[in-house]
Amino acid sequence: MDHAYTILPLGEAGLLVRFGSAIRPDIHRCVKALADQLDRHPFPGLIETVISYTSLAVYYDPFRVRQSGGPAKTASAFQSVSRFLKEEAIPLADTGTGAAARTVEIPVCYGGECGPDLPFVAEHCGLSEEEVIRIHTGPEYLVYMIGFCPGFPYLGGMDKRIATPRRQTPRLAIPARSIGIAGEQTGGYPFSTPGGWQIIGRTPEDLFRPDREDDPSLLHAGDIVRFRAITMEEYLAQRGDEA
Amino acid sequence: MSLSIIHPGLMTTLQDGGRYGRQKIGVIPSGAMDIYSLRMANILVGNDEYEAALEITLTGPTIEFTSDTLIAVAGGDFRPIIDGQAVPMLRPVAVKAGAILRFGPCRTGCRAYLAVSGGYDVPAVMGSRSTCLSAGFGGFEGRALKKGDVLPTREPGEYGQKMMYSLLSQGAHSFKQAKWRISQTHVTEERLRKPIRVMAGLQYDAFTDKARYDFFSTPYRVTTRSDRMGCRLEGAKLPLRAPLEMISEAAPFGTVQVPPDGSPIILMADHQTTAGYPVIAQVALVDTARVAQLRPGDQMDFRLISQAEAEQLYIEMEQCMENIRIAVAGML
Repeated sequence: MDHAYTILPLGEAGLLVRFGSAIRPDIHRCVKALADQLDRHPFPGLIETVISYTSLAVYYDPFRVRQSGGPAKTASAFQSVSRFLKEEAIPLADTGTGAAARTVEIPVCYGGECGPDLPFVAEHCGLSEEEVIRIHTGPEYLVYMIGFCPGFPYLGGMDKRIATPRRQTPRLAIPARSIGIAGEQTGGYPFSTPGGWQIIGRTPEDLFRPDREDDPSLLHAGDIVRFRAITMEEYLAQRGDEA
Repeated sequence: MSLSIIHPGLMTTLQDGGRYGRQKIGVIPSGAMDIYSLRMANILVGNDEYEAALEITLTGPTIEFTSDTLIAVAGGDFRPIIDGQAVPMLRPVAVKAGAILRFGPCRTGCRAYLAVSGGYDVPAVMGSRSTCLSAGFGGFEGRALKKGDVLPTREPGEYGQKMMYSLLSQGAHSFKQAKWRISQTHVTEERLRKPIRVMAGLQYDAFTDKARYDFFSTPYRVTTRSDRMGCRLEGAKLPLRAPLEMISEAAPFGTVQVPPDGSPIILMADHQTTAGYPVIAQVALVDTARVAQLRPGDQMDFRLISQAEAEQLYIEMEQCMENIRIAVAGML
């Protein structure tokens, strides 16, 4: 890829490759492409990468990077990793075909017990509850990053017509699998945690499964998400044991 | 082979080298707050140095051993005793079946690590036995220990078995310790008072001149709201020159971020994978272990170093750990 970037230190065991300062799908594609490139072709001493809106964090073990030496044994680990990224990983990272996004459909039971804040969101936005659901299930959302807690997706692409501020008083416990709105953001809670999001529904799908070693997170940065409205009966058919 | 928890202590959890490799899907690394003490405790009992051990916090547990076990304690000084006799730290100790090990309140430091030869027999979750408290998985049932818990342990390896029999063959009432010990430790009153070395953070230049001056010239105090997620400090407030539009980005262990109230927070082992507050500094990794040993009420000073210096400190520390590993292996 030939998108502009800057490399910034993140302590002595990491760095950030930043591709811009705006939340935009094209910038995020660069972040994802570099993460994919490093997954396929890691360097000795690489620990892991973390995808966020505009940057990729590259964590490494300076001791192992220095031990692996390479052409310049005198260079610092930061210099060696920066050079590898500039000369090899970034030029080879492919924002095109290699990065074809997965689409994940998430069924949501909106309103009622599952979505206690749906009436508030509807009133705040001057819409009916049905309109809020129609608008929320309309777009294709981009998963910009997973953070806050294991499996929590930060989604982009929500229609501003249903934007609603956070609750004045956060709830002490939001049930796991709740789907909510906070400002212009929407997302889902993998675990029961305190939070201030407006809860409009709940999905029967687990967003995070610690026992699935190979792929514990339902969503990954770069995925496309679509929400689909389901009835309480359909929800209970999948989650009847715990409602 | 197991340990019975008679009293759990304030907060005792299983922690290993950390659950790295899945921060991309939001999995917080967890792991030992003081990684070097964890590694020393494991080396002393012949384990992989990143094996899980009990992390003991501020007030220690009381533990009964159901079989002969080789243990080592490193980190903060909780004055551990068996049958009224002090159990020395930073050396292998063979404990006989039925012995009861009591940790008191912490005298120096804040956290100690109790390693058993062979390791604790709990399932690894996503490659790690660390307890992830916020999401409730890993470690022992995803939580801190409670009274009555029974922690199974695994069969010791060759080093552990030989060391244990060699110690027990010298005759022991309830335990026998090796005559030698690791002498290097960062957990002494004197070393904990030395400044915490940091590098400039990503948003360092966005803070006012006075904030940057105050950060390095006035002391900060650890507050009682500190935990495994973050070491929350009070002291001179750190304002920005102008409000900053921040977009959440990855933040590692040791990040010093400043929320709008101006009081810095050092992100520790249970920190979230991404953060959205301005970052004034980044603690050198070798010094995160000293931050982990500071208690609520303790003071710390910060000293600015370059990234190259921090990298050098890291490498020297790894060489030191390697030397310890070689020396301990040679003690059998």
